Amino acid sequence: MKQFSIPAVLAVTLFILMGMSLGEGINLYWQDVIMFMGINIILSASLNLVNGYMGEFSCGHAGFMAVGAYVSSLSSVALFTRSSLFGAPILSAGWAVPLFPLCLLAGMAAAAISGLLVAIPSFKTRGDYLAIITIAASFIIKSSIENIKPIGGARGFMGMGQVSAAMSETADLPWMMFWIFLGTVFTIWILRRFVSSTYGKGILAISQDEIAAEIMSVNTNKMKIVAFMLSSGLAGLAGGLYAHKLGYVNPGSFTILKSTECLVMVYLGGMGSLSGAVLSAVVYTLMLEILRFVIPWINDLLHWAQLIPAEYQVTQIWKWVLIPLLLVLLMQFRPEGIMGRHELDDYFPWIKKFYRFK
Amino acid sequence: MALLEIKEMNHAFGGIQAVDHFNLRLKGGELNGLIGPNGAGKTTIFNLVSGFYQPTSGQIFFRNTNTAGLKPHRITGLGLARTFQNIRIWPEMTVLDNIRVAHHHSLGYGFLDCIFRTPTFLRREREVTTAAYEILESLNLKDYAQELPKNLPYGLRRIVEIARALATRPALLMLDEPAAGLTSADLQGLIDMIRMIHQTFQITIWMIEHQMQVVMDLCQYIQCIDFGVTIAEGTPDHIQNNPAVIKAYLGDDTFQCC
Repeated sequence: MKQFSIPAVLAVTLFILMGMSLGEGINLYWQDVIMFMGINIILSASLNLVNGYMGEFSCGHAGFMAVGAYVSSLSSVALFTRSSLFGAPILSAGWAVPLFPLCLLAGMAAAAISGLLVAIPSFKTRGDYLAIITIAASFIIKSSIENIKPIGGARGFMGMGQVSAAMSETADLPWMMFWIFLGTVFTIWILRRFVSSTYGKGILAISQDEIAAEIMSVNTNKMKIVAFMLSSGLAGLAGGLYAHKLGYVNPGSFTILKSTECLVMVYLGGMGSLSGAVLSAVVYTLMLEILRFVIPWINDLLHWAQLIPAEYQVTQIWKWVLIPLLLVLLMQFRPEGIMGRHELDDYFPWIKKFYRFK
Repeated sequence: MALLEIKEMNHAFGGIQAVDHFNLRLKGGELNGLIGPNGAGKTTIFNLVSGFYQPTSGQIFFRNTNTAGLKPHRITGLGLARTFQNIRIWPEMTVLDNIRVAHHHSLGYGFLDCIFRTPTFLRREREVTTAAYEILESLNLKDYAQELPKNLPYGLRRIVEIARALATRPALLMLDEPAAGLTSADLQGLIDMIRMIHQTFQITIWMIEHQMQVVMDLCQYIQCIDFGVTIAEGTPDHIQNNPAVIKAYLGDDTFQCC
């Protein structure tokens, strides 16, 4: 029974989410929030593989996300829609649902290959120097995309809305919710299986003592390639889902700010903790949305108390002051993040009775 | 065929000749010692043999394979394991995981097996866990299997590191100062354990050690080096009474010995 509890819970959750989205049980705004939550979970969990489990400092996650976003968008637009770039659709709209995962997979593969841009320098470099290389890699990717005119350059690329429309022709379901849910589960599934195997624990060994890992027969270079490619591949998946959810992409979405958001989520959740990565992505997404309501209240409160000049308004920009401030406080009082190095079942051992990870 | 053969090995750090024409031949089954004062180049020799450094000149053959240019993990895969002077176990992984990860070269499955949990993966994970428990049991570490090494006392951490080296299934185990930092009470335990490992695992042991009690008690053949040069070699009795060794350890002027 235990091995079916998690699939059952996931299936029920998916069913409820789809049903509620379809029947207006949750409005479009909350649907968006839930979908961004899923994308953020993928981002933070995948970055956690490199920054948490392997102990490297990668801060170019947005670059890999961009590769995934563009490659999957280009392939889905070429396959299923009429566009100025590719002309008539190659396949009929009926193929959109079964073949959409392949487009995402293409984005993942491309992002994983671009991950080599970081993986190969990591053989000889680590720590701060590797961090600089990861930033450079993300800039290389971003400015390359900006300079490819046919795919829109800096203006971005659109047409993915029609892909969603093509999927809706098969059945009128909230398809993006479905794909993001599957993508999130897939990410956690693949990472969980990787890091719990003796093979995957090789990367933990690298983080704790790379020299000892090498001498104890761990092929450190190979493990670094595996970890970087898996991490960037999953970032590519997040990018693909993000692009199709919004219906357009532009290189401006994949700046260092996006990478920083991923970093914040990893450190908020705890390095080397998958449940921490999930939890922090949920908390972080909610926090951004809650601030949307809280900031006007703060504004009203401060005006009421006459603490700020009447003509000054506390705007949403203050979000980017309050969230980094939260990070400062977190690092000060709980530097290991919400979960530390532990998983949920280390804190609540009784939940082990109800499930078994396979 | 010799197990390990080192021929005229030299290594220089810039202008300093750290290892000068070092020769060694282990045919297999020995328990050899390498001694010398601090900074004599003992650990450098271990780093050269285990593949961390490349010798400036000279050759190293391990099981008839020239190890020049091989990465350390490949050399370990050939059957050569070592420990470190300052313990280098993975502090945040359980003792059991420390031992299991040391099976990395013999896992025999890859990334896809690990994602899809293929029969090969499941069988190998089971085998590796069983093998890890066997090693822990033989070194009386079974009770600590789920502990984190950072929470263990120093003496136990040393043993965990030796257990981890044994998990790579070596034919030659190189111990870098296994007695460093141990109390004299622990010393006899260590001597018994090394002798036990030598006999039950049927492996060759080559150790660096400062504690004369350990070296003289255990080793069949000892080499003494100073400033990279082999100044004496022979049986423990021979070494103990060798004037060059006494001079290297105590200095010319016996008044400065303290």
